[in-house]
Amino acid sequence: MSINVRDLNESEFFYGHKACAGCGGSLAVRIALKVLGERSVAVLPAGCMSAVGFNFPQLCFANNAIISTFAGTASMLTGIEAGLRAKGVSDFHAVGFAGDGGTADIGLQALSGAIDRNDNIIYICYDNEAYMNTGIQKSSLTPFGARTTTTPAGKNIRGNVKDKKNMFEIVAAHGIPYAATASIGYMNDFMNKVDKASRIHGTKYIHVMAPCPTGWGHEPCETVEIAKEAVDCGLWYLAEYEDSEYILNRNVKDFTDISQYLRKQSRFRHLRDEDIEYITKSRDAKWNEIRTKYKTV
Amino acid sequence: MARQFISGNEAFASGIRLAKPHVISAYPITPQTVVVERLSEMVEDGSLRSEFIHVESEHSALSCAIGASSVGARAFTATSSQGLLYMAECLVYASGGRFPIVMMNANRSTALPWNIYGDQRDSLALLDCGWIQAYVKDAQEALDIALMSYYIAENERVSTPFMANLDGFVLTHTYEVVDVPESDRADLFLPPYETDNRLDLENPRNLAFSAGPEYNAAFKYKEHAGMMNAKQVITEAEARFERIFGRKYTGLIEEYRTEDAEYILITLGSIYPLACETADALRTEGVKAGIIRIRYMRPFPAVEIAEAVSGAKAAAVLEKDISFGNEGTVYTNVNSALHTAGVRTVTSDYIGGLGGKSISGNDIRHIYDRMMSGVSEVRFIGIDDRSGEGGDAS
Repeated sequence: MSINVRDLNESEFFYGHKACAGCGGSLAVRIALKVLGERSVAVLPAGCMSAVGFNFPQLCFANNAIISTFAGTASMLTGIEAGLRAKGVSDFHAVGFAGDGGTADIGLQALSGAIDRNDNIIYICYDNEAYMNTGIQKSSLTPFGARTTTTPAGKNIRGNVKDKKNMFEIVAAHGIPYAATASIGYMNDFMNKVDKASRIHGTKYIHVMAPCPTGWGHEPCETVEIAKEAVDCGLWYLAEYEDSEYILNRNVKDFTDISQYLRKQSRFRHLRDEDIEYITKSRDAKWNEIRTKYKTV
Repeated sequence: MARQFISGNEAFASGIRLAKPHVISAYPITPQTVVVERLSEMVEDGSLRSEFIHVESEHSALSCAIGASSVGARAFTATSSQGLLYMAECLVYASGGRFPIVMMNANRSTALPWNIYGDQRDSLALLDCGWIQAYVKDAQEALDIALMSYYIAENERVSTPFMANLDGFVLTHTYEVVDVPESDRADLFLPPYETDNRLDLENPRNLAFSAGPEYNAAFKYKEHAGMMNAKQVITEAEARFERIFGRKYTGLIEEYRTEDAEYILITLGSIYPLACETADALRTEGVKAGIIRIRYMRPFPAVEIAEAVSGAKAAAVLEKDISFGNEGTVYTNVNSALHTAGVRTVTSDYIGGLGGKSISGNDIRHIYDRMMSGVSEVRFIGIDDRSGEGGDAS
């Protein structure tokens, strides 16, 4: 049974925060909490969502919520889940919302530990592809070519020279019960993956692409459209890992134009044709691998 | 009550078993390992019903304990040296959040050079992180402090995490006869942890938030006040402990023959019994020697030390620590206490036991010789025997 916007919880759990206009991350947090409901205990590390939501005395979560150390999203979730269970509390969701840096860089060790123990937690990475809270610095999930404040685009180096880490497959390689990629451009898919995760015992990981107009350099009103376009042009994909199997949810037959997606964002505006050619080749290579390795539906 | 022949680590583990934490999260490091091995065995054999979390680092060990404490669960962890330093960020997090976690630290030297043996540089480097710091002298006190630590930390006037320090190997791995209380007696002593400072599914909260310049100082003032309140609560805990178990403890400091002492050695941890024996020997030779053992470095027993030292001609601190570029941290704290109280006793600082080097009775006698000569100096025992500044080491 799938859920859709019409029967989504009308209560707001993340409300009154001071995120930038058009923030993709805050949309992901808001919608995920509507799916998970009031018995969610949310852990957010130092980062955008904690910076905009927890400024005493203006505290913006209607459910239980706590900031963790930057590296400690997963380990704090573990403690919360174990503590509540040890006290005899049941019927709750311990859910983490961490950015790309908090997940793929500084938080990776704790996340790996939690998956290894198969702790009963939901970990949602909202990926805006750089350290946005501190002012747009490169993370290991910043894509090739992107200009950030620590990968400036100049005459000698044209932005980030490394490809984005594949966190979804890194997590899946642990043999996790459930992992998924998602995008705020495909909200129904995201909501249903959160809902599915909430019904599975053990560690669950959802990696949701969440554009950041401030860091990506697009209009706030374009956030959802750009998130959708990333999937349609093949630079992001919607997939799941369950029962030791990869499943491709959306097998895109005809990709939309990559350069159109890139040119809309000022972080890519400096790219030359040869860079776009490299990005296109990388996409095609990855999709060849996906179509071989993943089960398609 | 059962008398058992156990190590300091095992005694501490026995105390934790009696305190029944909901969650134990720990990562192995020498010489702490035995305490978590014994706790694992207790969980396995059913004598302890805790969630034992095999975390992948010390940072996660304390982060996990904070998570558990944030939902009102009783949490325990243990570490040592590099592990303590690795979790340093979480130390200030736990104290700032007022989460009364208990941690055993096996005092060990810090790298470099690598060294697994005992000195107190690890915990003293983190004196300002907002944790209560206790230093125990033997295995019995290790067990008793393990039990008392939760009573003190969880008291609502305190709400402050508690670090119990055992000298690495000398205490953690030495076997002694220890009275291990029965579980029902421990239950009589230690009430369940009740707090409003928790995430509550019936009454949702936001915790561990940001507080800007206009509010920050108020939170820090309250944190300081909680720590200062611990002085009174330690006294209350020890009175209650004595009523139930018959063993008496003496608050923030322990004194030996200080009433009429002219020369007082101030120290902490496992060296205390040897210091007392040496004082006895010196007394037979006509030297009015006395010993103070600092049991708690935080909250600091400033008044107690000043009172105990006030009649003496000289006092010397013996510590396993150096704050590079200054002097031993214990000495700095003691001098501040004496100065504030207007006590003009001449003081010196003797730094020894670094990296596990033994401190002998003769070393202690030598300190008394120096005290009686009227000097005030800071010296590394066995290295700069001539210099007062350390710069003349040869």
